[in-house]
Amino acid sequence: MPDVTAPPLDANAFAETYTPLSAHEATVEANRCLYCFDAPCLQACPTHIDIPTFIRKIGTGNLRGSARTILEANFLGGTCARVCPVQELCEGACVLNSEEKPIAIGRLQRYAVDHVQERGVQLFQPGPATGHRVAVVGSGPAGLSAAAELAKLGHAVTLLEKRELGGGLSTYGIIVLREPVEVSLREVEAVRALGVDVQTDRDLRTRADLDALLAEHDAVFLAVGLGAVPAMGMPGEEQVVDGLQFIEDSKVNPQALHVGQRVAVIGAGNTAIDAATIARRHGADVTMVYRRTESEMTAYRHEYEFALHEGIAYQFLTQPVRVVTEGKQVTGLECVKMILGTPDASGRPSPRPLPGSEFVIPCDQVIKAIGQEKPALAVELGLSLDKGYIAVNDAMQTSAPRVYAGGDCVRARGTASTVMAVQDGKYAAAAIHQHLSASKEAAHG
Amino acid sequence: MADLSINFAGIRAPNPFWLASAPPTNSGAQIHRAFEHGWGGAVWKTIGAPVLNISNRYGGLSIAGQRLLAINNVELISDRPLDVNLREIAEVKRMWPDRAVIVSAMVDADPQAWKDIVAMIEDTGADGIELNYGCPQGMSERGMGAAVGQVPEMCQLNTHWVTSITRLPVIVKLTPNITHIVDPAHAALAGGANALSLINTINSVMKIDLDTLRITPNIGGRGTHGGYAGPAVKPIALNMLAELMSDAQVRASGVPISGMGGIVTWRDAAEFLLLGATSLQVCTAAMHYGYRIVEDMIDGLSNWMDEKGFATIYDVAGKALPQTSTFGELDLAYQAVARIDPDKCINCNLCYVACNDTAHQCIDLVAGDGVRVEPGYDIRANGKHVADTRPQPVVRESDCVGCALCANVCPVDGCIEMVSVPSGRESITWDQLTAQRPEIATSWDAMMAYRKEVGIDIH
Repeated sequence: MPDVTAPPLDANAFAETYTPLSAHEATVEANRCLYCFDAPCLQACPTHIDIPTFIRKIGTGNLRGSARTILEANFLGGTCARVCPVQELCEGACVLNSEEKPIAIGRLQRYAVDHVQERGVQLFQPGPATGHRVAVVGSGPAGLSAAAELAKLGHAVTLLEKRELGGGLSTYGIIVLREPVEVSLREVEAVRALGVDVQTDRDLRTRADLDALLAEHDAVFLAVGLGAVPAMGMPGEEQVVDGLQFIEDSKVNPQALHVGQRVAVIGAGNTAIDAATIARRHGADVTMVYRRTESEMTAYRHEYEFALHEGIAYQFLTQPVRVVTEGKQVTGLECVKMILGTPDASGRPSPRPLPGSEFVIPCDQVIKAIGQEKPALAVELGLSLDKGYIAVNDAMQTSAPRVYAGGDCVRARGTASTVMAVQDGKYAAAAIHQHLSASKEAAHG
Repeated sequence: MADLSINFAGIRAPNPFWLASAPPTNSGAQIHRAFEHGWGGAVWKTIGAPVLNISNRYGGLSIAGQRLLAINNVELISDRPLDVNLREIAEVKRMWPDRAVIVSAMVDADPQAWKDIVAMIEDTGADGIELNYGCPQGMSERGMGAAVGQVPEMCQLNTHWVTSITRLPVIVKLTPNITHIVDPAHAALAGGANALSLINTINSVMKIDLDTLRITPNIGGRGTHGGYAGPAVKPIALNMLAELMSDAQVRASGVPISGMGGIVTWRDAAEFLLLGATSLQVCTAAMHYGYRIVEDMIDGLSNWMDEKGFATIYDVAGKALPQTSTFGELDLAYQAVARIDPDKCINCNLCYVACNDTAHQCIDLVAGDGVRVEPGYDIRANGKHVADTRPQPVVRESDCVGCALCANVCPVDGCIEMVSVPSGRESITWDQLTAQRPEIATSWDAMMAYRKEVGIDIH
């Protein structure tokens, strides 16, 4: 099969799915908000943004105030406005769900935050210097959130990022249809504007690296995320494309992105759908392959429906067993049909192969997005683990003194999401601040 | 099918919807088009003394993204030459014999000036004359418009000058820019008016532009007050209509009243009719949406009348008037309390905050287990399911004074009802009470003793 990259369907194929609200749309939508007292949307938001207040401020034309209300509670309000599963959070809790359509909270939030960020308005100042130094490792949502909060409290923050660009998952892992790269880079710049020393191409690999950081800083916050897509252990896997890498290339290296004409995507989570969407928007015929059924898939319902709308096909109860190749060229994905049995440890029915049901899905590219490996770094650093993730207490403290962690790398419980990572960053910053303030008092006492 | 036709002081029209004297009735071509859309009549934009209009003329009121809830204008009377207007009036009346064509006029407070213009109006074949004693700006400074309407003696004298020389019905249009609307109404009746109309526009400064810091409309860097009209003024117009229709002298005179001020839909029209108006005038709504709006006004009013069993406009007219009262005539023993329907409640808790902050603190937040709780939440809890555990607002009826604030802020129709409950007290009005025991009106001790006696506890 020829090695071709299909051209985009049209020039707008990679524009943000949701267009920005116009001033009139925003005003009308903001005024639809009831301004609930002690509002459920505010409670539903993991970062507890005062949603009725920011919406009211849009309604009165106080966009700067609106953005401040958002960003005070969530420094990554621009990213969260785009990537949050609002149906599961704020909009899902909106009292208007019972009557009509919930308020478009996500889009209103984006309207207010974009207003100030596109104009380069700095709403926050670094706090008076405390003399304390904190290192934050990883510039994804958890790292940026913690760095911003610590800087606002007056601590000198060094933010280390192993890649070339800051922003972590927001920059590299969210497809541009949902969040353009410049949005997450603006948030990195906003942290820099608070005096945070952002150092890219700085990796932390060993316990010695951590000890070196601890020697120079009063505390370290690890926001290192997760690893690559795990191996499936099937023949021909070396020809399979890593879904995260595929998404990353589509964002920061689109010229190098190779997209097949017939693409099989293994997995049925949100990342799998993102990868499938990119391939589809490049003109590929895309089939998602999942060993369980629609009811067990981990993608949000709205994401699944979005994928169907995009024209992405699904093969449920299908387990890939071998990548069929001719030389190095993929020609198909051999699968076996599955049947669901009794619930497994995850509480979901366990799938088992149906003997003799092998068949081949013809394709020229296979992408896998079956989750991410747990943070290997945790073991290397000698930290206590919880189900393979870094173990932390309620104050985001790890087993090592002065070392805190947050974001996906600690997500042993609950759902990994940007907004939870942001909240972890806030919790960690508050805990570090409290610890440093106490130690200062002790020193003076 | 209801009969919407009216005979208003001898002026006949197929329906009560007239375009008010204003920009929508500025020319023959416009009124011709309006009549094609079905308007029952039109009051021609005021003719009279020579004027020069200025630019620009309108300020608009927007609230919460909704445009033109009111408009204010610094527009004067017709700036088209008198002879042009008169010729077009005659043409329109000739083409539309079944529609009401009324000519609004305004001239100097001088009998000869009125005599001249009345003769010219009569010659057009128009059905009536409306005396514009209302224009609050531009003309009043020249001794016309509101300058006449605000002084009852002037109102009576000018009206008399007109009614004494014309065979046409004379409608006196009253200005709301006055403390007691019945005073100029009495004066108009004394002057021989055949009908009244109200309200003209209200003095207003619409807004200040926060970018330029200038008054809107900005007229070459300066601003002035204008006449306020549109949906936002309806309650003021309804009150003035009710005041007139409740006045013994006005009622005894039997003159009909043409109601206007914020009529946008047939529903507004029905309210004016229920308070006793028998013709209706519309301006701002037509300026906002065009003449086409009259179709739904006619259709909606007709359907509503059919549903209610009203055969004619006169069956509707004044139906709500018997309820108009003074405070002194209201029953002090009447007691209503708010009742929240938990099945309809969407838990916005606006009733709770309104009652708690600004009323009588008689709504509690009650959790699912029936325990009263304070507002607030667990910062570790999140996700849409938090909506399922919202506490419910519940009225403590024993403490509810029945102010109805909660029912007014509730966004769900029919969720909070004001329910009449027995107060356990004998019916009595303030007028009766203070006639029996005058000391209650002057002594707090007497008032407190009375409350104790009848069991009124104000917490």
